[in-house]
Amino acid sequence: MPPLPNPLPDAEAQCRHLADLLRPQLHRRPALVGIYSGGAWIASRLCELLGLDEEIGLIDVSFYRDDFAEKGLHPQVKPTLIPFDVEGRHIVLVDDVLYTGRTTRAAINELFDYGRPASVGLAVLADRGGRELPVAPSLCVWEVSLADSENLVLDKTEDGCLQWRLEHV
Amino acid sequence: MYNPQLNKDGELSHLLSIEGLPQRILTQILDTAESFMEVSARDVKKVPLLRGKSVFNLFFENSTRTRTTFEIAAKRLSADVINLDINKSSTAKGETLLDTIDNLVAMHANLFVVRHASSGAPYLIAEHLQRIGRDDVHVVNAGDGRHAHPTQGLLDMYTIRHYKKDFTQLRVAIVGDILHSRVARSDIHALTTLGVPEVRAVGPETLLPKHLDKLGVHVFHNMEEGIRDCDVIIMLRLQNERMNGALLPSAGEYFRHYGLTPQKLALAKPDAIVMHPGPMNRGVEIHSAVADGPQAVILPQVTFGIAVRMAVMSIVAGN
Repeated sequence: MPPLPNPLPDAEAQCRHLADLLRPQLHRRPALVGIYSGGAWIASRLCELLGLDEEIGLIDVSFYRDDFAEKGLHPQVKPTLIPFDVEGRHIVLVDDVLYTGRTTRAAINELFDYGRPASVGLAVLADRGGRELPVAPSLCVWEVSLADSENLVLDKTEDGCLQWRLEHV
Repeated sequence: MYNPQLNKDGELSHLLSIEGLPQRILTQILDTAESFMEVSARDVKKVPLLRGKSVFNLFFENSTRTRTTFEIAAKRLSADVINLDINKSSTAKGETLLDTIDNLVAMHANLFVVRHASSGAPYLIAEHLQRIGRDDVHVVNAGDGRHAHPTQGLLDMYTIRHYKKDFTQLRVAIVGDILHSRVARSDIHALTTLGVPEVRAVGPETLLPKHLDKLGVHVFHNMEEGIRDCDVIIMLRLQNERMNGALLPSAGEYFRHYGLTPQKLALAKPDAIVMHPGPMNRGVEIHSAVADGPQAVILPQVTFGIAVRMAVMSIVAGN
């Protein structure tokens, strides 16, 4: 995987790129489900860019995480909102960064409590490797290699623009 | 100050009382409950959060509604729920409370939901667990004596926030037998902590505790004055046994002075909500036309109560 570029890439341009990758699937009427918080912003951006007329779904995986025993409940849980019937639909989960795959696992589990989708895809802006589960993105704009001590964080600026930030943990 | 409910990181490890809890923890519980409301609206009303954990309902005092909502809440979190009919069990044979707890801990209990007629019983259990080094076992107070009923207080706050959005502009009246009411005590602490500027206590002198003003509460003996221009009216159940204790002349007399009728309700704000922790005594503290009327939110309270109890159990079990 290529190293981190400086400056960080333009997240808005990456959203447009991701929308282009998704466009060939539109005949299947994909239903977008964004994972809080970055994935939710990207999903709503994709919705605008592709002119989808259906409201997007939003998932907070806090109730399905596998680290509850170690970390407890996340202090700021957001309600999951799935405004459409999942049964038989082609679902595209949207997230900002794919890393261990554990969030994706939790999101798929949660999704199935709403019904049995026809298929589930995963669209991400960034794939930073480091997988701990057999999860792969179906659509990805940016592959990048990061140190364990580094985190890519997607921010929303005051004027509503999406922007990458590098965090050292 | 030492607070037995909080762990060394200041997080909620037991829920014993609203008193002494910071606003951030109350808000965290209400916010989390909002997410659990959504879970209860799904076809599959279950999340895997407490999978493999055992929740023991220890009700030393009867309460069908509270016990049932705790049981539903625990089941929706995927916990295993064990209801102990304590009146028929070892306690009746003379086992002490803490011996009962030790035995249940040996059965790998993770969380105790405790209702007890003696104030402080849940504290005793929480302190015992700390003493024996079991900080992985948690206690939730489901009502102790006259002291506290914190999950009822929290579900009342959830209800108020749901309908009124903001606590900082509200006038809230609590009406009835405040002296014997653990609900009233929990509500008063919660309302004050969440920034409600005016809390009123309304009732006959015999049913109001002394020194309520020290909690910042305004006292009214006249109901018409007490509920005038209020945003929220919390009616309390009049316990029948009070009638015998010479605290009150009769149920009819009580209803005339302190029963919430449509005429009295008209004195509150037009969009005021009417709450009641249940079980209601129609014709004693509340008129049926009010209980079944458009301003009553008594049944939504019950629904919110499940989400609030899910939030409390999942927060304490994780800390």
